[in-house]
Amino acid sequence: MSVSLVLEQLLNGLQFGLMLFLLSAGLTLVLGMMDVVNLAQGSLYMLGAYFAATLAAVTGSFWAGVAGSVLGTALVALLLEVSVLRRVYGADHLTQVLATFALILVFNEAVRAIWGPQALLLAVPPELSRPVTLLPGLSYSAYRLTVIGAGALLAVGMFLLIHRTRLGMWVRAGASNRRMAQAMGVPIRDVFTGVFVVGAALSAVAGALLGPIFAVQVGMGEDVLILAFVAIVIGGIGSVKGSLAGSLLVGVVDTAGRAFLPSAFGLLFAPEVASNLGPTVASVLIYLLMAVVLFVRPQGLFPVHG
Amino acid sequence: MRSRWAFGVVVVLAVSLLVSGLAGGQARALRIGFVSTLSGGGAALGQDVLDAFQLALRHLGGRLGGLPVEVLTADDQLNPDVARAAVERFLRRDRVDLVTGIIFSNVLLAVGDLVFSSGVFYISPNAGPSEYAGEQCNLHFLNVAWQNDNMHEAMGHYATLKNYETAFILAPNYPAGRDALAGFKRFYKGRVVSEVYTRLGQLDYSAEIAQIRAARPRAVYAFYPGAMGVNFIKQYAEAGLMQQVQLLVPGFSADADVIRAVGKPMVGVFNSSHWALELFNPINRRFVDDFRRTYGRIPTLYAAQGYDTALAIDHGLRAVAGDLGRKADFRKAILSGFDSTRGRVRFNKNGYPIQDYYLRQVVELPNGEIVNRLRGTIFRNHGDAYAGKCQLP
Repeated sequence: MSVSLVLEQLLNGLQFGLMLFLLSAGLTLVLGMMDVVNLAQGSLYMLGAYFAATLAAVTGSFWAGVAGSVLGTALVALLLEVSVLRRVYGADHLTQVLATFALILVFNEAVRAIWGPQALLLAVPPELSRPVTLLPGLSYSAYRLTVIGAGALLAVGMFLLIHRTRLGMWVRAGASNRRMAQAMGVPIRDVFTGVFVVGAALSAVAGALLGPIFAVQVGMGEDVLILAFVAIVIGGIGSVKGSLAGSLLVGVVDTAGRAFLPSAFGLLFAPEVASNLGPTVASVLIYLLMAVVLFVRPQGLFPVHG
Repeated sequence: MRSRWAFGVVVVLAVSLLVSGLAGGQARALRIGFVSTLSGGGAALGQDVLDAFQLALRHLGGRLGGLPVEVLTADDQLNPDVARAAVERFLRRDRVDLVTGIIFSNVLLAVGDLVFSSGVFYISPNAGPSEYAGEQCNLHFLNVAWQNDNMHEAMGHYATLKNYETAFILAPNYPAGRDALAGFKRFYKGRVVSEVYTRLGQLDYSAEIAQIRAARPRAVYAFYPGAMGVNFIKQYAEAGLMQQVQLLVPGFSADADVIRAVGKPMVGVFNSSHWALELFNPINRRFVDDFRRTYGRIPTLYAAQGYDTALAIDHGLRAVAGDLGRKADFRKAILSGFDSTRGRVRFNKNGYPIQDYYLRQVVELPNGEIVNRLRGTIFRNHGDAYAGKCQLP
């Protein structure tokens, strides 16, 4: 096991983790501030990818596609918040889960009706479709490096917004204790609408940037939504810092599990057993991680509620 | 009041029975339940099989073995549970005469028993699991394409001929993936440095590609159909591995659906197939030309298989004059061989083909089109490794 292999797998984990963060940041604030379980976050991620693929095909520029998709998804999120989500704020979790699960079905069928059941193509921009040599013997996809850069930039931006601005203070206050914040004069409703739209825009960035790595297809949001929920539960619901830590942990553990577990089992068991056991255990590894974190710290790594 | 209400119901029932009886009496339509993967990452495969099946029906005048045909379609979403529900509905409610269409082996293995135990034939246009080739072979099962191992056996043999001493092999973790690597290893005489199984439907292969780079094998063999293949090959090229390690794939990972999505990086890739665009026989010429004209895209090997499935059913039904009740005769007629897009296809007693396997290479034509070209024959009259265990006559 060489250093460059470990390094490359770390980069892979980092790239995946940062994209997961873009999805989970919105999710954790919505859940932490308004106590709303929003399963439709994955649909906004899917919508972001579809908008990006369509606009990139029309304009011929990948980056124009990303920019347009962020605006388009934010607009859809605004409409969604005003028309549907506002009605379920006070409701119990089961009602919210049902309502937002219904939204998943509506979005999936709408996308199927508009774009068809086949996956769309979103190509890596040509200037980034070649490998970059980082160290002798370690070349890495230029596009993935760009994704890491964009994810890191947005994470820093989110951190500054939440921890260094008045708006961020309101958001943190709302996440910690909504009623108290309201009593102190924080316009929670408007702040929440803003948070929801920003969360959706971040999801759209993730969808657009991951489009060329995964595939732009119906149902792409559900797979990643589960991982995002795991990430925010690990990090502590309501905490952006926690969702970043949780996302990076999930990204790195998932990648490392897939990369190193099967060969580790190969040393212990017969090849047939190892080839069955390796992928199976690797796929449950992040849930094991979640179980361990919850056992040690039931509130997650960065609890917000006092 | 009550009796008048009941009388009304009886009248309605009687009339509807009468009408349905009349409809049934007019012409005995052959009902085909077509369950396939029509959404998600495997959608292109199911769509190709379905489109080509419909094209063959048009070429045959809308009839199979002289019977008018009604095709009922269902999307299995690559989910065995969804497929089971669809097949259950086909068998119980729609009372189909025949089932076909499934792409993925894990889906087929989930519904096979259900179809066979209802006494209905399943004619496979694609999935060819080893489970149904050996001891569990079934009177009601026929595969017009190949047994899962075959394409990979051909590439294993080719890798041996090319003297690639070491190979890194990968496949999705599902029955056909395990069959694939078993098939490759059966004919590959070099050393397998690593055998990796990934989650079915996985789309990010960065972790696996890093392992390949670290292992420095002479060749990589990867079985990834549909969107999985598109992503694996794109990412393999983006990581700069195309120039460093020879990539070998079966035809599934290098046909028109993958080429359309990956583009130029595919040029030069060698792959195995039982069918090729330029096979010279009248059936294939007509199929390729009309498929391109009708659907505006280059047909894949999946499309050829869908087309052949209709031809096989037609051939079998002609032999029994449209009477699917004569099961043994229907089966025997197909097994004795039918004319397909690959010429005459013969079969083993387990219902799987004995046929030639070719080497193809992806090339760029002067007009910029990227297609597969025939480069030679790897196996002649090749059957599968499991037929000996099949107890059927």
